[in-house]
Amino acid sequence: MLSVAALDVFYGDAQALDGVSLDVEQGAIVAIVGANGAGKTSLIRTIAGMLRPSRGAIRYRGRDIAGWPSHRVCDLGIGQVAEGRQVFPTLTVAENLDMGAMLARARSRRERNRERVFALFPKLQERLRQPAGTLSGGEQQMLAIARCLMGEPELVMFDEPSLGLAPTVVQDVLKAIRDLNREGLTCVLVEQNVAVSLKLASSAYVLENGRVTLSGSSEALLADDRVRQAYLGM
Amino acid sequence: MRRLAGGISPRAAGLLVALLVALIAAPYFANDYLLTVLILILYFAYTGQAWNIMMGFAGQLSLGHALYVGLGAYTAAALYVHFGIGPWIGLLAAVPVAMVAGAIIGFLAFRFGVAGVYFAILTIAFCEFARIGFDHVAYTGGSAGYFLPVAQYGHDDLWNLRGRPVMFYYVILALTAVAFLACHLMLRSRVGYFWRAIREDEEAARALGIDTFRYKMIAVVISAGMTAVAGVFFAFYYNNLFPEQVFGISRSIELILAPIIGGIGTLFGPVLGAFVLTGLSEGMTELLHALGFDVPGAKQVFYGICLLVVIVVLPDGIWPWLSRRLGLERRP
Repeated sequence: MLSVAALDVFYGDAQALDGVSLDVEQGAIVAIVGANGAGKTSLIRTIAGMLRPSRGAIRYRGRDIAGWPSHRVCDLGIGQVAEGRQVFPTLTVAENLDMGAMLARARSRRERNRERVFALFPKLQERLRQPAGTLSGGEQQMLAIARCLMGEPELVMFDEPSLGLAPTVVQDVLKAIRDLNREGLTCVLVEQNVAVSLKLASSAYVLENGRVTLSGSSEALLADDRVRQAYLGM
Repeated sequence: MRRLAGGISPRAAGLLVALLVALIAAPYFANDYLLTVLILILYFAYTGQAWNIMMGFAGQLSLGHALYVGLGAYTAAALYVHFGIGPWIGLLAAVPVAMVAGAIIGFLAFRFGVAGVYFAILTIAFCEFARIGFDHVAYTGGSAGYFLPVAQYGHDDLWNLRGRPVMFYYVILALTAVAFLACHLMLRSRVGYFWRAIREDEEAARALGIDTFRYKMIAVVISAGMTAVAGVFFAFYYNNLFPEQVFGISRSIELILAPIIGGIGTLFGPVLGAFVLTGLSEGMTELLHALGFDVPGAKQVFYGICLLVVIVVLPDGIWPWLSRRLGLERRP
């Protein structure tokens, strides 16, 4: 479904990604694992069209979308839930959701999609008229996910969805991602919590200093000594 | 009608109608001096509304809006003086000229990632280009000024905007009312939604698939075009244009005070701010005059004090506070 090949990305002189390749099968959850500054967010932002790669290809359903602007990438059905829960704080929950429904691909089915995300996150329905900035961290994360779903994406890239959340809330968020995946949503998951993300994912890539150093099925990586030492502290 | 009234609470709508009626009736009670003050107030309410589209709605700070006033003024004045083309037809040229200027500035800034303070500086720079440039354009009088023919008018010639203050008053009142309505409709349209998203968090807006470049461009171009209309009014009301004055940085600053004091991003803010600022400062000047003081620059000092007080006490502007006080906000 999504295939990235030999991607190079620079911030000025600093190289953020160096020949990164990755494949995402339809219906899969693919985890991207790595330390801070390894290039995980850069990879997501490049696929989403918010950073321009200087080399390499990004193929989505057979089309090379490298260098496309983000609004066109979104309209293809690639959504992202950015790091740090970027909800619009002074807009209400309902308005935030409407913002997500403005994509041409999903505009006409706004009501149906609303019902869908309320079924997934019932709490949002109770908070509909509340400014998003007044929600708790977990609720904001759910709103960010729900807002993204309003655009009917086929593939969603989650950037650190559990960052800064209480453990019980982390469980809720990860469960939501798993449920969405079971309904057919393809997911790319960037997580600091390596053990959890490897359990959730079918395959994974390890990024180090902008390079893919390891990849394979999650079971294989969970059993890999280097992964166990570096990321699981075993 | 429902669409027009949407989002405005019944009490606010009542207030608006009362204000409009009072303003329509004002010339029957006001003397000529008061009328000129009201014209000034409405002028700043109108330009403030236009500026607010860029800053208040889309979050793009322009400190060079005098550019669009000046381009509108000079374009319409030149057409009138050289070709005898009246201001209403002149608008058809003046507005596009300002829109093109806005589009150029917007394109340069948004394409090359000039944002925030740097964007504001870019807008100042273009306004300064125009100021210095027009000093040397002999066709429009250069630095010696450009003058529209003036005579004593026994009757009002609306088509050529030649006449008494009361005609100008109704023209600027109509412009302000139309601008208010247009902004109200824009805010509730899809474009208005996208502007708010960009203002709140541009990165998040991009991540949602909003074409931020396009919608920022739309904000600049609409704002520039609307401001140019005020420029045409300015030219025909004052009948003289000097690059130093028209494009001066203080003119740009003057334009933005009303919305800042009234409340950036609100519909009523620019109107309220213009009344408070111009009303009080004219009143104060009159008072000083009556007391026998002649203090040049008192107005600017007063502007400064107003700005300071509002920013310290009511950083969101007067309107958000006032509307809460009066219970005008629509209950969620």
